[in-house]
Amino acid sequence: MSTKTETAAADRRLGEDLLVATDLQKHFPIRRGLLQRQVGAVQAVDGLTFSVKRGETLSLVGESGCGKTTTGRLLTRLIEPTGGKITLDGRDITHLSAGAMRPLRRDIQMIFQDPYGSLNPRHTVGAIIGAPFRLQKVKTEHGVKRAVQELLELVGLSPEHYNRYPHEFSGGQRQRIGIARTLALRPKVIVADEPVSALDVSIQAQVVNLMEDLQNEFDLTYVIIAHDLSVVRHVSDRVAVMYLGKIMELADRTSLYERPMHPYTVALLSAVPIPDTARRDNRERIRLSGDVPSPINPPSGCRFHTRCWKAQEVCKTTEPPLAELAPGHQAACHFPENTTKLTIDPTGSAA
Amino acid sequence: MITYIIRRLFAAIVLLFVVSAVTFAIFFLMPKLVGASPETLATRYVGRAATADTVRETAERLGFYDPIYVQYWDWAKGIFVGADYSYGTGVEHCPAPCLGYSFRNNQPVFPDLMDRLPVTMSLAVGAAVLWLLGGVAVGTLSALRKGTIFDRAAMSISLAGVSLPIFFTGLLSLSIFSYGLGWTAVGGSYVPFLDNPGEWAYNLLLPWITLALLFSAQYARLTRAGMLETMNEDFIRTARAKGLTERTVVVRHGLRGALTPILTIFGLDVGLLLGGAILTESAFSLQGLGKYAIDGITNYDLPKVMGVTILAAFFVVLANLVVDLLYAVVDPRVRAK
Amino acid sequence: MTQQEDTLGGAATRPPADNGAFLQVRELRVHFPTDDGVVRSVDDLSFSVARGKTLGIVGESGSGKSVTSLSIMGLHKKGTAKITGEILLDGQNLVGMAPDRVRQLRGKRMAMIFQDPLSAMHPFYTVGSQIIEAYRIHNKVTKAVARKHAIDLLDRVGIPNPKSRVDDYPHQFSGGMRQRAMIAMALSCDPDLLIADEPTTALDVTVQAQILDLIRDLQAEFNSAVVIITHDLGVVAELADDIMVMYAGRAVEYSSAADIFNSPQHPYTWGLLGSMPRLDRERTERLQPIKGTPPSLINVPEGCPFNPRCAYAGTNGDLSFTVRPEFRDVGGGHHIACHLEAQDRQRIWETEIRPKL
Repeated sequence: MSTKTETAAADRRLGEDLLVATDLQKHFPIRRGLLQRQVGAVQAVDGLTFSVKRGETLSLVGESGCGKTTTGRLLTRLIEPTGGKITLDGRDITHLSAGAMRPLRRDIQMIFQDPYGSLNPRHTVGAIIGAPFRLQKVKTEHGVKRAVQELLELVGLSPEHYNRYPHEFSGGQRQRIGIARTLALRPKVIVADEPVSALDVSIQAQVVNLMEDLQNEFDLTYVIIAHDLSVVRHVSDRVAVMYLGKIMELADRTSLYERPMHPYTVALLSAVPIPDTARRDNRERIRLSGDVPSPINPPSGCRFHTRCWKAQEVCKTTEPPLAELAPGHQAACHFPENTTKLTIDPTGSAA
Repeated sequence: MITYIIRRLFAAIVLLFVVSAVTFAIFFLMPKLVGASPETLATRYVGRAATADTVRETAERLGFYDPIYVQYWDWAKGIFVGADYSYGTGVEHCPAPCLGYSFRNNQPVFPDLMDRLPVTMSLAVGAAVLWLLGGVAVGTLSALRKGTIFDRAAMSISLAGVSLPIFFTGLLSLSIFSYGLGWTAVGGSYVPFLDNPGEWAYNLLLPWITLALLFSAQYARLTRAGMLETMNEDFIRTARAKGLTERTVVVRHGLRGALTPILTIFGLDVGLLLGGAILTESAFSLQGLGKYAIDGITNYDLPKVMGVTILAAFFVVLANLVVDLLYAVVDPRVRAK
Repeated sequence: MTQQEDTLGGAATRPPADNGAFLQVRELRVHFPTDDGVVRSVDDLSFSVARGKTLGIVGESGSGKSVTSLSIMGLHKKGTAKITGEILLDGQNLVGMAPDRVRQLRGKRMAMIFQDPLSAMHPFYTVGSQIIEAYRIHNKVTKAVARKHAIDLLDRVGIPNPKSRVDDYPHQFSGGMRQRAMIAMALSCDPDLLIADEPTTALDVTVQAQILDLIRDLQAEFNSAVVIITHDLGVVAELADDIMVMYAGRAVEYSSAADIFNSPQHPYTWGLLGSMPRLDRERTERLQPIKGTPPSLINVPEGCPFNPRCAYAGTNGDLSFTVRPEFRDVGGGHHIACHLEAQDRQRIWETEIRPKL
């Protein structure tokens, strides 16, 4: 396909590949019957290939069941991949044991959606944020307490909160505590699973801004998992749109939002309610019918064909490969929108 | 569903095997560990002035010289194919299911158990109905009137009910209601239901109430907790939003949701009680399975103990299975799996 | 537009005092006495909704928007909430009405859709039986007739194959279908007032769009008054004729939807608009969040409840810190509760807020 060197040169701000997933798979087995034989699998993640570049924010976006959360847990190796490969900073971490993974946990950290559920209610904030230091046996210059207090200030909390318990904080403050904890070991990559979706609108903005500030200050690389397309546009450099365990489209933010190629992306963007009454009646809407099919028996060919208004016979039989249809813009579709390219590459790029 | 039942039945058989083997091992292995020989074991089952020959003969007859697994195998085989027992004078056949003969009086165990089962069953089932109705009613009311005097009183009484042992409440109620006031039958008598239902109930009333009191306390607490949780569910709000009367909301939507966990415990409790309510039967001198088990234990009468144990385990396993199947009836989400 | 001088007195006070409206709420107060003090969940709230119109109530958690809806439906646990004021449903005051009379109105004249359709439906009963139950409380019909009605309703809300799906359990439905079934249940008695409390928050965005379309279509068909409660300004922009923004149990701004989006006048509304990234605008470098967190409803700040978080508190002397701003009409039925002078509001909106959205 088109030249990779061109895109890399075009965007010098982004560094080299830091986290790379190649044909990543996760199938959860379904067992039935007398002997509990495996009769099928939930194909939560089915062949993802993408890379996260140093210093960028890559977002995985999609509806429930698209596998974005599973992907996040695979990247942080909280679960074991069924197939494929993950490398972190050039090192293969696909099948590292929990023990072998431990030193690498300093480099890759995770922020969770639920700021209530992910903090131990019986530990003080100091103990929670200080835990990574103790677990990783990191020496701090002026002791753990001092380090924790610096982190608290960094995320906009008061150092005096050191001895308080999670329940004494609001949702937004708890998410700040969660962020402080992940920052403790100065990770290279932070995977954030719906970091703001449980928060009120006004608090969401605070946390989004905080994450941006921290990224600039510590050269963090983010993988953000989210369903809110507006937030994703605001925070991301590049965006991957997922559907039923596959990437449908992967592009830099501007081209994805301004020139979406995959019909699913087009439909997603069209479905987002716009806070502008003037647009209410003259807005062009694309309404998908039905719900997302089950990932146990995903549709044949292109997984989106059952809901796609452009679907043709070929979509039912042949799965379109994720191909670079414009520089830095990949889509997996037989009949993409917003492109001058031929719909199907006649030379046969079916990788 | 069918495969599920088959799997459960298979597990049940394995469980019964394990229970019987462990009981057997405890009974035989324990004395051996402290140095008992087949002869010393056998002396328990012969007269005081027995000769060494008689003792040996008895030990031989009871199979004490065989290795323990052979003894167990002989016992277990009897359940399926029956067994033959020699008396020296002749051989008697014990048809399957044969749970052996009492070491003490040479009576076959299985018919004895069947004789006593109705007593225990009457006691257990009657009490279960009482405690289920009483416990659930009190628990529901307590939940709906959380924090009121009724709630506090009910919960205090139920705490007392759980804490007080049956030989205390049983004997106390006997002395008051039977001996003092004469309202209920004095203990020890049992009239089969088919002979005279009225007498049957009259005789069992006090044991029922005493036993039910013990259990209903626990059920009241469970129901209360379950109802408090269920009545805060979103679907209760939906039911109210439809305009249903509070009564319908509580009974059709609340209780139905809260009762599922109660069902589990109920099945287990009834199953357990069918194996004999030792304390209650003793307190009221009812000749049930529990009493039989006590006799067996105090007389070192292994076949009796094994018989009751196996029967009790059977009921518990059966109750578990029934509960699981009921779950599927009650909760459509379970059915799907 | 409506950028006029404040008109004192109640000249054109369209939204809060529309006497012909089907639902009128006047000076509603809902207080919950607790051990820690009185939680003032709703404090002095007035609004109205006419048949065929949609009111959107927007606010963050703890703003009192859900408490308001539960008060209208009479769904607060008895004895826990102290409710004063008036809730007039077709002229009848629901506050102080015998609980059983309110119950008879529930489901029949006013119905409600909840946020999470999975937990809002009873897991042990079929979807059909739950709709049939809702219909049969208020209509003396046979089960067969009610079942036919339920199937018709499921068909109307877009459930494919309703004749067989009517016997499915909620867990056999997808999220979107469950919410459709909830809507069918709410509409079973053809209510005049429909309250939807975060009806699409638990749904995926493509399904959310379907449900919003459905609510809009059904309203046109049934001509009911609709109150839609949400934290998402996008959702109300799709549906609402009027919008009321709530903060700390009070209305801070209330006007037509177009006014709220085109010329908002309250700093809190500005804050909400600045907090959300928007797909319909150029991407901004920075979001403009509201500082701080919502107040405790037990210790609502003196003066304007929003003053600790307001960037403009103190612009007009120390009024913000001492005097509770009156909720008043500032022209054309646009109501706000703010001490800022009209020209200040105009200037701040034009020069500081709008350019950054």
